[in-house]
Amino acid sequence: MAIPVIYNLRSVKERWVSAIVAVLGIAGTVGVFVAMLSLAKGFKATLVSSGAPDNAMVRRAGSTSEMDSSVTLDQVKILEDAPGVAHGPNGPMVTSEIVVIAPFPMRSTGTDANVQIRGVSSRTLDVRRHVKIIQGRMFEPGLSELVVGRNATNTYSGLTLGNSVKFGGGTWRVVGIFDAGGSAFDSEVWCDARVLNQIYHRPENVFQSVTVHLNSYGDFQKFKDSVIADPRLTADVSREVEYYDKQSRTLTVLITTLGGIVAVIMGIGAVFGALNTMYSAVAERSREIATLRALGFGEGPVVVSFTIEALLISLVGGLLGCVAVLPLNGLTTGAMNWQTFSHLAFAFKITPPLLVEGVIFALLMGFLGGIFPAIRAARQPVAPALRGL
Amino acid sequence: MKYADLLLANLFRKKLRLTLTIGSFAVALMLFGFLAVVREAFAGGVAIAGADRLVVINRTSIIQPLPLSYMDKISRIQGVKGVTHANWFGGVYQDERNFFAQFAIEPTSWKEMYPEFKIPDEQWNNFLKDRQGAIAGAATAKRFGWKVGDRIPIKGTFLPGVWEFNLDGIYQGTRAADDETQFWFQWDLFEEKVPERYKGNVGWYTVRVTNPDFSAQVAKAIDAEFANSPYETRTDTEKAFAAGWVKQFGNIEFLILTIGAVVFFTLLLVTGNTMATSVRERTGELAVLKAVGYSDTFVLMLVLIESLVIAGVGGVIGLLLAKGFTLLGDPTHGMLPFFFLPAKAMVVGLIAAMLVGIASGIVPAVGAMRLRVVNALRRV
Repeated sequence: MAIPVIYNLRSVKERWVSAIVAVLGIAGTVGVFVAMLSLAKGFKATLVSSGAPDNAMVRRAGSTSEMDSSVTLDQVKILEDAPGVAHGPNGPMVTSEIVVIAPFPMRSTGTDANVQIRGVSSRTLDVRRHVKIIQGRMFEPGLSELVVGRNATNTYSGLTLGNSVKFGGGTWRVVGIFDAGGSAFDSEVWCDARVLNQIYHRPENVFQSVTVHLNSYGDFQKFKDSVIADPRLTADVSREVEYYDKQSRTLTVLITTLGGIVAVIMGIGAVFGALNTMYSAVAERSREIATLRALGFGEGPVVVSFTIEALLISLVGGLLGCVAVLPLNGLTTGAMNWQTFSHLAFAFKITPPLLVEGVIFALLMGFLGGIFPAIRAARQPVAPALRGL
Repeated sequence: MKYADLLLANLFRKKLRLTLTIGSFAVALMLFGFLAVVREAFAGGVAIAGADRLVVINRTSIIQPLPLSYMDKISRIQGVKGVTHANWFGGVYQDERNFFAQFAIEPTSWKEMYPEFKIPDEQWNNFLKDRQGAIAGAATAKRFGWKVGDRIPIKGTFLPGVWEFNLDGIYQGTRAADDETQFWFQWDLFEEKVPERYKGNVGWYTVRVTNPDFSAQVAKAIDAEFANSPYETRTDTEKAFAAGWVKQFGNIEFLILTIGAVVFFTLLLVTGNTMATSVRERTGELAVLKAVGYSDTFVLMLVLIESLVIAGVGGVIGLLLAKGFTLLGDPTHGMLPFFFLPAKAMVVGLIAAMLVGIASGIVPAVGAMRLRVVNALRRV
């Protein structure tokens, strides 16, 4: 016969101080755990959402990022004619791009951060469908004009619509603000690739990467095969999504490794707290337990009952921890993208599966902290405990 | 000390609880130590940056080069004691994940600029004579199991091809915080192999000033020298340069302090609760002590010292665990060149543990001191 759960509820109420201590210990651990993972998730989501599944990216073979790649104009022309490339009213949907960085002061601290400046083709909006100009207009090809991402305009001073800024030895006018749907492009500043090449004293007609919009998702293999087979090209072809997924790996690994270690250490601490609470609960209630046993409840139900009590405490702790970090969801922070040495704004992303993971982590801690005291409770000899009356 | 027996008997009254409470302290201090390590890993470069060194980069951005001809011009500026230059290579050893910094350096001026890096003279002389020679930091050499004499292939990223280097020497830092992950090779070789359009360029200059008090003026003078040229410069002290990098990582420090605060608050609750329970159980005994003539202060100190002993033992264990953890090496494999527990953090940690010990012991201790003997004895 099982001991009713109401017994545990009443017991918890009876010694609420130590229960609250255990709850807070577990809540703190779960909070840190969820916050760390949501940071890693947010960073990854920001980068991955930059790529479109039906876009392909071409870089020089062997390059690790756009920064160290190069593609010449002749090669761009070959790529425009490759099979699978979509064509629109403005011609083939291809953008040849270069990326540089320029320092701009952050609004928050006033110190400089490296902002990624992307020189693009005028057709770039055909290729990147999720990018929309929300204020002003697109830059005019050939002029030193900028369009600025939504996050960039908020994060760095000077990059507001209508303003003129100096970098790279040129003066630029901000003519538009674009929204890239929360992707990494939102932290970037875009301009005409040819103008950028000139101002940065880079060779003319050499780009760093080419991104093409494909007719369909399935056309990728066809496109890739033809590029690889072409002797005039020595290029790596990847899906845009995969490229950005790879870019996010360094920092994601860093955050999850460090966050994981912190969560494990805190978890051990929380288990100690739970053990302490449950052991003193068992010690204080030895007479009650003995009475239960005398009434005919077996060892099994006593173990189950005390484990349930620990699980209840940890469940409350887990839920509390999750609720406490929920306000972080959507909060924007900045970090360095190590692959490109540039500063990137991204938001904490707390997803339902993450919350479930947090609660499971809490229950695990509760179980570890509850099972040993529960066994001790069940093993207590009945007669001496009753005699203690 | 004649009350040591009493103290010990009280401590070991409930061995399990003692273990768990000490355990909680140990865990919290291990976490503290670990967070200090992480903070150091991000900010370590700032603390050890030379006060008398300046970094000169292209005003446009760090990835743009500067002409080699600036070397002489900078060295003629008043207040400049020495100049060296370097280029970032950014190659890949075996796999992209095996990241470590590779610099093409001008050996003689480099060695004068960074006296904190020690290398046996014989190895250094071999390096000077070897065009394909390279020097690796002790940490990087250990990580990949390199020995002097090994041949090391590194695949270029923005420069094509695989570059073969002879490992002529291994350098060591003189301070715990020194970066032992770098990889140096001859700038002459770099210059010879780069495409025409990259020739005659360096990545950045490092300048030593004669007097650190005037580094701001020297930095200004350098930037003024090259103002309005196609390659304008931006000169910062090494410290400001390192701090600029750290700031871009976002609010790591804030994050760490928040976690630390959450942990210590939780710890305070757990131990405070345990101490209170154990004093409550002993109400009768304490009353007896007072009844036979021990003073209020004595009872206060007895409880407080017990709590301090628990905090101290737990704290030391935790910090030792954290220290042991750092000796295992960087868990991210090369992303954190500064991975060690600073001695200062250990001291701060121990003080923090003692403070928590006092804070959690003070409430039950004062309660024990105020105990009315008659009431307490009646309860027995």
